[in-house]
Amino acid sequence: MKKVQQPDKDGVQLLDEQDKALVGLIQSGLPICSRPYQSLGEQAGIAEEEVIARLQKMQQTGCIRRMGVIVRHRELGYRANAMVVWDVPDEKVSEMGRCMSQFEFITLCYRRPRCLPDWPYNLFCMIHGHSREEAMQNLDEMIGKCKIEYKHQVLFSRRCFKQRGAVYQPEASISDSVKSELAESFAFTKIVSGTR
Amino acid sequence: MNLTLIEKRLLNEFQHNFPLTARPYAEIASRLDVSEEFIIETLDKLHKQKAISRVGAVFTPNRIGVSTLAAMSVPEDELEKVADMVSGYVEVNHNYEREHDFNLWFVLTATDDQHLQTVLQDIEAGTGYKVMSLPLLEDYHIDLGFNLQWT
Repeated sequence: MKKVQQPDKDGVQLLDEQDKALVGLIQSGLPICSRPYQSLGEQAGIAEEEVIARLQKMQQTGCIRRMGVIVRHRELGYRANAMVVWDVPDEKVSEMGRCMSQFEFITLCYRRPRCLPDWPYNLFCMIHGHSREEAMQNLDEMIGKCKIEYKHQVLFSRRCFKQRGAVYQPEASISDSVKSELAESFAFTKIVSGTR
Repeated sequence: MNLTLIEKRLLNEFQHNFPLTARPYAEIASRLDVSEEFIIETLDKLHKQKAISRVGAVFTPNRIGVSTLAAMSVPEDELEKVADMVSGYVEVNHNYEREHDFNLWFVLTATDDQHLQTVLQDIEAGTGYKVMSLPLLEDYHIDLGFNLQWT
């Protein structure tokens, strides 16, 4: 399999052990109770005000992109959701990605590597509509406004097998063989899971 | 899903800038002119109805971990079984069937690349199907949530 990917060094270094504990606690969601930060603080062994200050800092430093209600658009009437993939010349891909990102009906837009010969596409976006017709109209609008003339495919979603927030600690469900192989390399993970 | 005006506002107006104050739900309640209790009950209900996946944080990709989008081409009659195996990994946060020869697409997140690669290999070995991994290289979208239009 391919290439070594590194998390942004600043990102990891910006987090101390208590931040990592907090990340571990909030990845499945904030408690829905009157004092959610107090409740997190009790679990992490820090004061409520400190929980708030740390979450504030994680937003300022860009580790947390947004906090709030995470909606499931499929359940809210957006029945037509497609990943649209594009084969864009490397020198044009950033410009195209930024243009596509402006539209309200786009929720994700990433550059990823091609995987030739099976996969020639290097730009990915998610497009949404209440119906297929609406999603395709949205796509046409975007193609027109961004003047996109590159080969693309539309991969509508069928079944959703799983949707949840990213988990940055691995303990719960991986096989024992994986666990033992990984056991030595998880400074960060151990800290996070050690608090649970 | 039939939603009240308050529910619609709760879904659309609080996808970012969630209050970082001791009683965030009370603050939301005062902005919507209802009680804190009502907001807590409503969020619980929306969660049970699967209108929201959580109230929480979206972490910036590649900032405190690494992620990849992975795809597999699985025969139709095996798809559900393979999909369930894939969903069983805690590292997998999204897993969808899509209309393509590559018909199973999932996102994997981990603290480092070594872990990610190990899980990918484990999935290949466990399912017997090849996994195409397309790690994130650049992110263009500024995520402020999704502006829901009600029909």
